[in-house]
Amino acid sequence: MSEKRFKLLQGNEAVVEGAIAAGMRFYAGYPITPSTEIAERSALRLPQVGGKFVQMEDEIGGIAAALGASVAGLKSMTATSGPGFSLKQENIGYAAIAEIPIVIVDVQREGPSTGLPTSPSQGDLMQSKWGTHGDHPVIVISPSSVQECYSETVRAFNMAERFRVPVIFLMDEIIGHLREGCEMIPPEELTISNRRIDRKFNGTMAYAVQEGNYVPEFAPFGKGDHFNVTGLFHDLDGFPTNDNQKTDSQERRLLDKITKRRDRIQKWEEVECEDCETMIVCFGGTARAVQGAMDEAKKQDFFKIGMFRPITVWPFPEEALNKIIRQNKHLRQIIVAEHNDGQMVLEVQRIVEGRVPVIHLGKIDGTTITPEEVLKKIEEEY
Amino acid sequence: MAKTEIRMTGSGGQGVIMGTIILAEAAYEDGKQVVQCQAYGPEARGGSSKAETIVSDDRIHYTKIKYPDLLLSLTQESLDKFKDAVKESTIFVVDSDIEVPEEIMKAHKVYSLPILDSARNVIKNKMSANIISCGAVNELTHVATQEALEAAVLNHVPKGTGDSNLAALRLGAQLIKEYK
Amino acid sequence: MPSKLIEKTLRVNRLPHIWCPGCGHGILMRDVAQAIDNCGLDPDKVVIVSGIGCSSRAAGYMNYNTLHTTHGRALAFATGVKMANPDLTVICITGDGDCTAIGGNHLIHACRRNIDITSIVFNNNIYGMTGGQYSPTTPHGEKGTTAPYGNIDYNFDIPKLAEAAGATFTGRCTAYHAPQAIKLIEDAIKHHGFSLIEGMSVCPTYYGRKNKKGDSVAMMNWQKDTCIDAKVASKLPPEKLEGKILIGELSRDESKEEYTDMYMKIIEKCGGNK
Repeated sequence: MSEKRFKLLQGNEAVVEGAIAAGMRFYAGYPITPSTEIAERSALRLPQVGGKFVQMEDEIGGIAAALGASVAGLKSMTATSGPGFSLKQENIGYAAIAEIPIVIVDVQREGPSTGLPTSPSQGDLMQSKWGTHGDHPVIVISPSSVQECYSETVRAFNMAERFRVPVIFLMDEIIGHLREGCEMIPPEELTISNRRIDRKFNGTMAYAVQEGNYVPEFAPFGKGDHFNVTGLFHDLDGFPTNDNQKTDSQERRLLDKITKRRDRIQKWEEVECEDCETMIVCFGGTARAVQGAMDEAKKQDFFKIGMFRPITVWPFPEEALNKIIRQNKHLRQIIVAEHNDGQMVLEVQRIVEGRVPVIHLGKIDGTTITPEEVLKKIEEEY
Repeated sequence: MAKTEIRMTGSGGQGVIMGTIILAEAAYEDGKQVVQCQAYGPEARGGSSKAETIVSDDRIHYTKIKYPDLLLSLTQESLDKFKDAVKESTIFVVDSDIEVPEEIMKAHKVYSLPILDSARNVIKNKMSANIISCGAVNELTHVATQEALEAAVLNHVPKGTGDSNLAALRLGAQLIKEYK
Repeated sequence: MPSKLIEKTLRVNRLPHIWCPGCGHGILMRDVAQAIDNCGLDPDKVVIVSGIGCSSRAAGYMNYNTLHTTHGRALAFATGVKMANPDLTVICITGDGDCTAIGGNHLIHACRRNIDITSIVFNNNIYGMTGGQYSPTTPHGEKGTTAPYGNIDYNFDIPKLAEAAGATFTGRCTAYHAPQAIKLIEDAIKHHGFSLIEGMSVCPTYYGRKNKKGDSVAMMNWQKDTCIDAKVASKLPPEKLEGKILIGELSRDESKEEYTDMYMKIIEKCGGNK
């Protein structure tokens, strides 16, 4: 199918196009607002490229089938929203410990439980990091434009494959349902990472890593030595072990493969942060209101505002934020704007350690933060 | 043209969402910056629905419209609901069955057009009201070229209805040109 | 010395297994291995998927591609494996709680799709791994640690449930009737569509002790006395079948198209096979 390179697309649709460009060939999920368009477009597009789509009987089945397909060698994705994201959590942990690459899209909606299914929110930020039980590695990426829905989905797949981790693509309704122009960069112009494949595990040491490396090589079922995959703590050969030392070294490696390689994973945007007086930290769809506020501020004789936007929200771009605080001598305050009751602000406060005041601007009524509200908050706090 | 903000309102099923998508797609194909969004959920089922398109020469940051440059309403209920979220310069385009309050008539440029009636009796397809609306809105705002607009219409209407929908588009523009 | 079959089909270095003395699961696992071997399948193309529980530990002992998943989800994982690569032979080993309680939804929908997966439910009528709580197949009136006054739930008939949900091959076997079990599992693997086999196991440690069923030998003798081959049963009058449990092939429907075959046709229609 020849597609036009530039196209007006909805955020949810752009995720699917990016995923296919990255090599997604399997999708399993369950319909849920406001992410359903991702399932619909996957159902339409995947068979056109030889890929497969299945609508499962529930949210848990969606991620389970996607993980099964990944083990069998296909790049896989599932998408959901709050209630479904909660249901998928156990298997996100399974993906983490069994080291199965997968991309999980969460288009956030307002409130706990059924909440406000069609209203924007960013209330799953902490859940995206801590949602599944136990210490575990996870990468979370949050787009703030339709273009990023495309290109950051490509990066999400690359990260999932390179690090053999679940990658959460944390969207919000603002961006999921937004239509804007998108450049559909063809795969041959993109950097595409594929899992490193070892067809012979030197015996069956399926989880052994080479010196100085953190990620074991991988062979899909049916293509190499047959081996064991389990959600139990396992030895290098993939079989369960209760040995505490082995448990510790496996858990350390799982965490280290992200924390020690975070400079390859972190991504953020800085806009006029070097000499601003107020720096606004935000992510996802909220950034659009913050940029709107910066546009307004320039029309008036207003304080100098900068924006710091993590694109990889976990691991948080801690070093980059620190650098700004060290170098910008004009900085008087940081405002963390987010559509929740205060989640990213906790991380920012932890990093800033009181060097400048960190103030929260949140909203949890299902409406979006407006540029006026951002400007008002800056004035109030100044 | 710096930035044009269009809000189209009506009742669920009248196709105002599609109308804003067609305008956005046409403007985008012309090389403009655009965003399009709409109200979802219970708000979009029955009752009044709302969809928005912003067209600009420059990059569009904030995606929502506070006060539109143009407000189109196809039902009384939708006009009543959205008539106050406007600025002095907002142009109103309403179906001629709608009663427009005196203070709005005084303060704004109002085009009261037989959109629904023309869809039923001239185009003979009541689903073409949104396309007539697109023609009228573009005649007033010039967010897209006629060529791009026609291509966008053909891209979104069911097969076999292309000609009648292009007629609807031209009719919408005509209604503005002949408006007194 | 392990037998030739065990050396060939099991991971001998993972043995001995963790199952209790007298447990029927080891026999059923061997039956599955023998059936796979009889089918002449390439071990590299066989995938065993399991969930959580006593039964699901079988996967780790079997020398194929093995996927030990989360509780109840084996069939959903298996669906992804089979969709991704229909050339693989996918066999699910699951338990009564895993498959029909926490995984019940996946079971009925896998049956409905008629996807070519062979599912063998090791039914020990109890949650063994957690120490003897009643399961959906604990008979009505019997005891478990969470049914100290007797179980008031009615139990599932798993093959009937599967047949009603659309499985195109169902059957039942026991730990006692090993040769019949091997043949039945072989037929189920060869069947092109979703097949479900209930493998009646014995759990002398929890179910047996709680309900005074005697030791493993007594429980297997009960299987011998109570079960009757469905083909034989079809020739007997109803009064002779009272209290009997039918084993062997219980239903088969060759009329329904298999799921991945249908999906491949969609891909062809979309030009995705080029």
